[in-house]
Amino acid sequence: MEPAEIIQHSGGVIGVSWLMVALPLLGAAILLLFGRRTDRWGHLLGVAMSLGAFAVAVAAFVQLLGLPEAQRRQGVRLYEFIPGLADMGLLIDPLSISFALLITGVGSLIHIYSIGYMSHDPGRRRFFAYLNLFVAAMLLLVLADNYVVLFVGWEGVGLASYLLIGFWQFKPTAAAAAKKAFIVNRVGDFGLLIAIFTIWTTFGSVAFNELTGGAVDGAISSGDASQGTITAVGLLLLLGACGKSAQLPLQSWLLDAMEGPTPVSALIHAATMVTAGVYLVVRSGAFFEAAPTAQLVVTIVGVATLLAGAIIGCAKDDIKKGLAGSTMSQIGYMMLGAGLGPVGYAFAIAHLIAHGFFKANMFLGAGSVMHAMNDEVDMRKYGGLFSVMKVTAATFMIGYLAIIGFPLLSGYFTKDGIIETAMEHNQILGWLAVVGAGITGFYMSRMVFMTFFGKRRWADDAHPHESPSVMTVPLILLSIGSVFLGAFLILDNRLMRFLAPAVGLPEHLPGFHPFSVPGLTTLALVAVGVVYAWFRYGAAEVPRLAPRGSFLTTFARRDLYGDALNEALFMRPGQWLARFAVFFDNRGIDGLVNGLAAGIGGTSGRLRRIQTGYVRSYALSILFGAAVVVGALLYVGNM
Amino acid sequence: MNGTIQAPTIEYALLAPMLLVFGAAIIGVLVEAFAPRDLRKSIQMPLTLLALLGGFVLTVLNGINGLPDAPAAMGAVAVDGPALFIWGIILVLALVSTLLINDEDQFVAQAAAVPGSPDEEEAILSGYAQTEVYPLLLFSVGGMLLFASANDLLAMFVGLEVMSLPLYLLCGLARHRRLLSQEASVKYFLLGAFSSAFFLYGTALIYGYAGSVDLKAISAVLTEVSGQETLLLVGLALLGVGLLFKIGAAPFQAWKPDVYQGAPTAVTALMASTVLVAAFGAVLRVFWVALGGLEWDWKPVMWGIAILTMIVGAILAITQTEIKRMLAYSSIAHAGFLLTGVVAIGAAEQNRQALSAILFYLAAYGFTTVGAFAVVTMVRDAGGEAGHLSRWAGLGKRAPVLAGIFAFFLLAFAGIPLTSGFFGKYAVFSAAVAGDALPLVIVGVVSSAIAAFFYVRVIVLMFFNEPAVDGPSIATPTVGTSAVVALAAAATVVLGVFPQPVLDLADQAASALFIR
Repeated sequence: MEPAEIIQHSGGVIGVSWLMVALPLLGAAILLLFGRRTDRWGHLLGVAMSLGAFAVAVAAFVQLLGLPEAQRRQGVRLYEFIPGLADMGLLIDPLSISFALLITGVGSLIHIYSIGYMSHDPGRRRFFAYLNLFVAAMLLLVLADNYVVLFVGWEGVGLASYLLIGFWQFKPTAAAAAKKAFIVNRVGDFGLLIAIFTIWTTFGSVAFNELTGGAVDGAISSGDASQGTITAVGLLLLLGACGKSAQLPLQSWLLDAMEGPTPVSALIHAATMVTAGVYLVVRSGAFFEAAPTAQLVVTIVGVATLLAGAIIGCAKDDIKKGLAGSTMSQIGYMMLGAGLGPVGYAFAIAHLIAHGFFKANMFLGAGSVMHAMNDEVDMRKYGGLFSVMKVTAATFMIGYLAIIGFPLLSGYFTKDGIIETAMEHNQILGWLAVVGAGITGFYMSRMVFMTFFGKRRWADDAHPHESPSVMTVPLILLSIGSVFLGAFLILDNRLMRFLAPAVGLPEHLPGFHPFSVPGLTTLALVAVGVVYAWFRYGAAEVPRLAPRGSFLTTFARRDLYGDALNEALFMRPGQWLARFAVFFDNRGIDGLVNGLAAGIGGTSGRLRRIQTGYVRSYALSILFGAAVVVGALLYVGNM
Repeated sequence: MNGTIQAPTIEYALLAPMLLVFGAAIIGVLVEAFAPRDLRKSIQMPLTLLALLGGFVLTVLNGINGLPDAPAAMGAVAVDGPALFIWGIILVLALVSTLLINDEDQFVAQAAAVPGSPDEEEAILSGYAQTEVYPLLLFSVGGMLLFASANDLLAMFVGLEVMSLPLYLLCGLARHRRLLSQEASVKYFLLGAFSSAFFLYGTALIYGYAGSVDLKAISAVLTEVSGQETLLLVGLALLGVGLLFKIGAAPFQAWKPDVYQGAPTAVTALMASTVLVAAFGAVLRVFWVALGGLEWDWKPVMWGIAILTMIVGAILAITQTEIKRMLAYSSIAHAGFLLTGVVAIGAAEQNRQALSAILFYLAAYGFTTVGAFAVVTMVRDAGGEAGHLSRWAGLGKRAPVLAGIFAFFLLAFAGIPLTSGFFGKYAVFSAAVAGDALPLVIVGVVSSAIAAFFYVRVIVLMFFNEPAVDGPSIATPTVGTSAVVALAAAATVVLGVFPQPVLDLADQAASALFIR
């Protein structure tokens, strides 16, 4: 089944769905413009705005469910944005509303959690302003009905991400990390931008409404667009997606981005923003489905990243960086799914939503642990925390079981769906994804054992305690989602059928085969990983200082030499170029300019003496000038 | 022609703006003669403002009513699109300048009394005040209107003199630095008279060649006669010298810094804005309408003059230490930029582009200039305005708003985007490129870069230098002065951000290119 037509909205909550963007934007504006005056109640306003957006999203979702399938893509045109190019318009359809629910739902929980987490921070009001700004931009990104408005949101989340990673800008590492994230993202942004340019020049439109699969096929068959153009668009869109979603080769910023406050890592760098790339690929399905090469590249990037992230996760002692590696890896799974057509889309989005819950759950759990351990992030200085913070530990472990794909928890259903679909397309990719799942079992178990079990390796002044309920309640809510969401979304192909009006429906709906060869192999490999982790980090002593480790460990600790590669390929030559430019500027251009300036100044000084102040000499100069003019005219005229 | 003299026909409605201004000027003279001394100012000021405002309204009405297809007043005055646009600019700028003139500190009460002395106190108390300033200003403005729209060379000469004579007087009325002011006045008068003689002699030679002083008739003769043209070429050269003197093109620019510095700043503001506008109106009429057929002869010379003017203006401004002199040289450089537009004469469509560019430039530059001089009037020392640039150091700390606005004007002069100056320069330069004057544009851009140096230097001085201990005080502006600054700043912003309406208007005016 092809995606449905986009129709004019039928009023109701969908008609005012712009409130979803406007409310948090208003919150950010109030908090930033009124400054310190809002310090006392600013965080409450931030939470209220986020909850307000959530309420609108839920109401719009309910309204959408009440409509027949053919009417479930509703366009809301607000005003003319750039004349002749794009309207400011929103698209409420199953895909965008799924994202909106995730963003506002998880976002609201993280807002609430932040009240507690940031309670001692003098910049709390500013923090909530940025969070609200992020929510607004992210909602604009997913609700946009054309690529230009999408790009506005895309840049908006980039800005919010920059501001929040560098929130503690007095730390040089945080400032550097923010800059790095921003710069690496520029590369991807340029890809997206050029993709939009190409779409505009090829199709004369940037509206999703007019860029359907039919339109793309029509353009190819009529010769308006060559196969190469479509492939190029797909690859450029993928480049954009790689930047935002930290996929190879633009992955390097995500690990550093953990310098931001933990709720930020949970919301932006785990649950929502980093999934924008997946959204982009799914939303642009029309192009990818017409360009098998681009689709293949998407799946390769996905698999490469899921393995790379998993390997990095194995070697990190910093709990947040371990989780960041895991995020990379899980988005790799989603990307893989997004490259597999309509069946894959549904599994990718299902995994994305489930991941949004269990990863936010674990990040907030990590934050809760750090809160208890004086902001210590090194897992080698944790251990045995289960007994002192039971709620955090229990919820974290639910998230953990969900991510490794423990039977009947969320990740089990969604990840298995992606692996099964990948197997049907390409055995190699499928089996690599299975291996990735096994590694996930290992590194996540390592994290849990090092943190909550084994001997206490705490610092002397650490007095861990359970966090306040404003932090634990969101944890509990998120862990409930981690348990049930996967089954709810996957069984009976519920999400796939819901998304059908937006992304299309495959001819044969996949069944759920828990006892297939890949499924059982996955389970077996995960079990091996868990057991191995138990022997290494649960039963055995964990040294407080990291041992030197093998070649492979070093490789993973150094983020697979991604930074070294960037440095060698881009930073060093860039620095050389900059140094050369400075040299050239100093010696060449400045020398020339300074010489010129001195020359002009000298000329000016000499010429100035002509200005004697005597009328007679002025009159003489006029006479002289007149003579020259007469002479010149006669000369020219008689030539 | 049978020995009878026909009464001239006058199109009163078309000429109403000019007639109103002249009429008000005459009433002003009567007021000076008959009204009691202490009442004069309260009559003159509103009278002047009303006359200028009325003139502007009548100009707009003329524009709305549509343009005639022949010159008015027996062919002496061409009321066409460019004329109306220029009238509008002159009247508005004069109106704004009048608000500046309404500041007692600017003008001498009695020429013999030392500023601040008991004598002067007495003179002021007994009601002496140079209220003649107002009718003089009106006469001068009337002259400008005629100068810019004259359709024959004699009418143009009359306009030139009616414009200039009152200005010579106004220049000598400064309250502070009186000797400088009076010297400026005499210099301006002598040199002005000298250049008028050139103009008149040129007119005579051209009459000798063409047998007419009518611009259209001259233009017609050029198409027919060929052969020995020395008379014509010399006449053209001398006519040009007279006009180029008024716009301050090099090498006829020497008077400008001295006069701008010496004149009361309010008068400088009036001169720097309106005279330039009127003179460019006249230059375009002479060179495009009457002598357009000779373009291949005068173009190379005009090239040279434009280049020289831009370079002299920009380079000499660098070493100026007096703010008004610096602005004078800046004005010379801007005259050079405008001349690049004059050179862009060619095919009809190209003329239209060049003409509308010049018109827009004049409007943009005029407002910024009046605003800049208005700021100059407010920065004062014990001895009047603090002219020396060193006194402006650290002004940004003492008066951030004022210094910020002045910096904005300077950026507009430099032609930074989002100011009116940018679009003015852009329009003129692109017209020049279309007119195959690329080398001129290159010189123009280079001298803009040089000019940017001294504009920015003042900004640096104001904002990044420590203020002097006994630095100048900022005078509490009169309502008029603050209105002028606000208006000029607003115009500079609006023309820089939303130039389209005025560009359209200029284009529309240019499309009704001079009646030939």
